[in-house]
Amino acid sequence: MADKVLVKGNEALGEAAIKAGCRFFFGYPITPQTELSEYLAKRFPKVGGTFLQAESEVAAINMVLGAASAGARVMTSSSSPGISLKSEGISYIAGSDLPAVIVNIQRGGPGLGGIQPSQADYFQATKGGGHGDYRLIVLAPNSVQEIVSLTFDAFDLADLYRMPVMILGDGMLGQMMEPVEFPEHSDRVLPEKTWATDTTQGKRKKNIVNSLYIKPDVLEKIVLDRYARYAEVEAKEARAETYLTDDADIIITAYGATSRISRNAVDALRASGIKAGLLRPITLWPFPKAEYQRLAKTAKAFLTVEMSMGQMIEDVKLSIDCSRPVHFCGRTGGMIPTPGEIEAKAREIAASL
Amino acid sequence: MKTVFEHPKALSDVLMHYCPGCTHGIAHRLVAEVLDELGVCGNTVGVAPVGCAVFAYNYFECDMIEAAHGRAPAVATGVKRVLPNSVVFTYQGDGDLAAIGTAETVHAATRGENITVIFINNTNYGMTGGQMAPTTLPGQVTTTTPYGRDVKANGHPIRVCEMLATLSGTAYAERVALNNVKNVMAAKRAIKKAFEYQIAGKGFSIVELLSTCPTNWGLAPTDAMKWLEENMLPYYPLGVYKDIGGDK
Ligand SMILES: Cc1ncc(C[n+]2csc(CCOP(=O)(O)OP(=O)(O)O)c2C)c(N)n1
Ligand code: SF4
Repeated sequence: MADKVLVKGNEALGEAAIKAGCRFFFGYPITPQTELSEYLAKRFPKVGGTFLQAESEVAAINMVLGAASAGARVMTSSSSPGISLKSEGISYIAGSDLPAVIVNIQRGGPGLGGIQPSQADYFQATKGGGHGDYRLIVLAPNSVQEIVSLTFDAFDLADLYRMPVMILGDGMLGQMMEPVEFPEHSDRVLPEKTWATDTTQGKRKKNIVNSLYIKPDVLEKIVLDRYARYAEVEAKEARAETYLTDDADIIITAYGATSRISRNAVDALRASGIKAGLLRPITLWPFPKAEYQRLAKTAKAFLTVEMSMGQMIEDVKLSIDCSRPVHFCGRTGGMIPTPGEIEAKAREIAASL
Repeated sequence: MKTVFEHPKALSDVLMHYCPGCTHGIAHRLVAEVLDELGVCGNTVGVAPVGCAVFAYNYFECDMIEAAHGRAPAVATGVKRVLPNSVVFTYQGDGDLAAIGTAETVHAATRGENITVIFINNTNYGMTGGQMAPTTLPGQVTTTTPYGRDVKANGHPIRVCEMLATLSGTAYAERVALNNVKNVMAAKRAIKKAFEYQIAGKGFSIVELLSTCPTNWGLAPTDAMKWLEENMLPYYPLGVYKDIGGDK
């Protein structure tokens, strides 16, 4: 077992990427993810990696596309406005069936917004952002240790399904210091990258990495094939964690940093006799619908907690087909909901049951 | 029997989609001949643009990537950083390279990214039907400058080689033209030199090929050649704009 060390979320992510075999990083500075870039700028040269500060997020994500095409494990990171710029490239990466890891340490928006923690990029992460029919696997850690394990998973899932994976964090997680251990990364059995444009060396036919299909029937077929892969991801990779949900009347549901606050609220509610539980999605896409459906059979109401005006709440409602009331408690703009606010909302719901 | 002329091995044996008389075909052939002569096709990755050359990935026998509009130099950067011993080239039009992709082009050059850029300057956006490009000449009529390019309203054309020559990372920048046999031969020498510089690790190399777009210029191929000579050559003088030479 590896020793525990005290590290910040952003740095843990960088170190985990190195342990996962990532040696290429292309990025552009933006608060609050800069520490991740700076950490890699320091560490990568020591492990034979390439850290390159690009001229923009647009360039960075296209460098990622090139490196991924050449068969490398590659990562980029940014925060909300930068992810908007990367969205073009993310669509091309998805459309070219390339594996890549994209980190979004979210901040308040829209526009330049603010630099405080936010979860207002949920729609952008899970519903597109870029153009066209495509999906990203979206992973939402809620502790520094989980940042490490999900970073490992991100690279494996990307390679396994040949698709981009986003790690969706927020400024709070990035800044948070916790003791973590870095286990040695052991890959799943991953397919060989026979499709990579890593030069033919005269030994095979040429490979083409491309997202252009001029004939509509051909493009449709390509997209359908890709969606068959997405269906497999939905069937196999959806993940969630539950806490005190078995007998719960009210299911509080939150991901990332707000799930930690919500857990405190659950404890306080339980102490005062209200049967609350927590359902925390770990994968935001695929959304762990089955867990919601299972709990909708026993619970009386759901309460979604987000640092946004309410985005994940739509997936909660869809997952349970609106079979139970779904309430919302959120703050936005970089404001963080307090356990007291969540408790108060839950008490209000409990009184109405 | 002695073979005096053959299909370059680096050029795929497929029908190209270019219009009759378009110089894209000549440019492709020159690149393929150079890859053959240098014996590097099996060690090369090409990056195609968005523009008339979008299907270039079907025409070269090396591994190919189709980039987003203007992003080819960034994609090439990613490839080259992963495969530093490979040969990486982009093939881009003027809209791709000098409008939407200006930042990617300039920064790849200033980083001295060890790649080769084949740049087709045909003074318009061919693929989308002949709109104004950053290289459209003053007064030139295009579909979006129907009264001629008014530099007061639309700005001035960019001379790409001159601009990139000012950057320390640029090892080699030459402008050539594809309008006659002599110039085509010179173009091939320039392309070869650009690839040789990359193989020697000297940094960013670019060859600008003054090209024709008979379709959107509304001219017969031979008249298009004449138009190039009379209008493009005075504004875009041929020559070597940067050559760090030696063994850097
Ligand atoms: C982001 C984006 N914007 C616009 C387009 C449309 N588009 C396709 S090709 C092209 C112009 C290409 O012109 P140029 O680079 O000069 O190459 P040429 O066709 O003349 O060879 C444009 C604007 C696109 N595909 N993507
Ligand atoms: S539109 Fe112009 S540049 Fe494009 S293939 Fe036709 S002639 Fe060539």
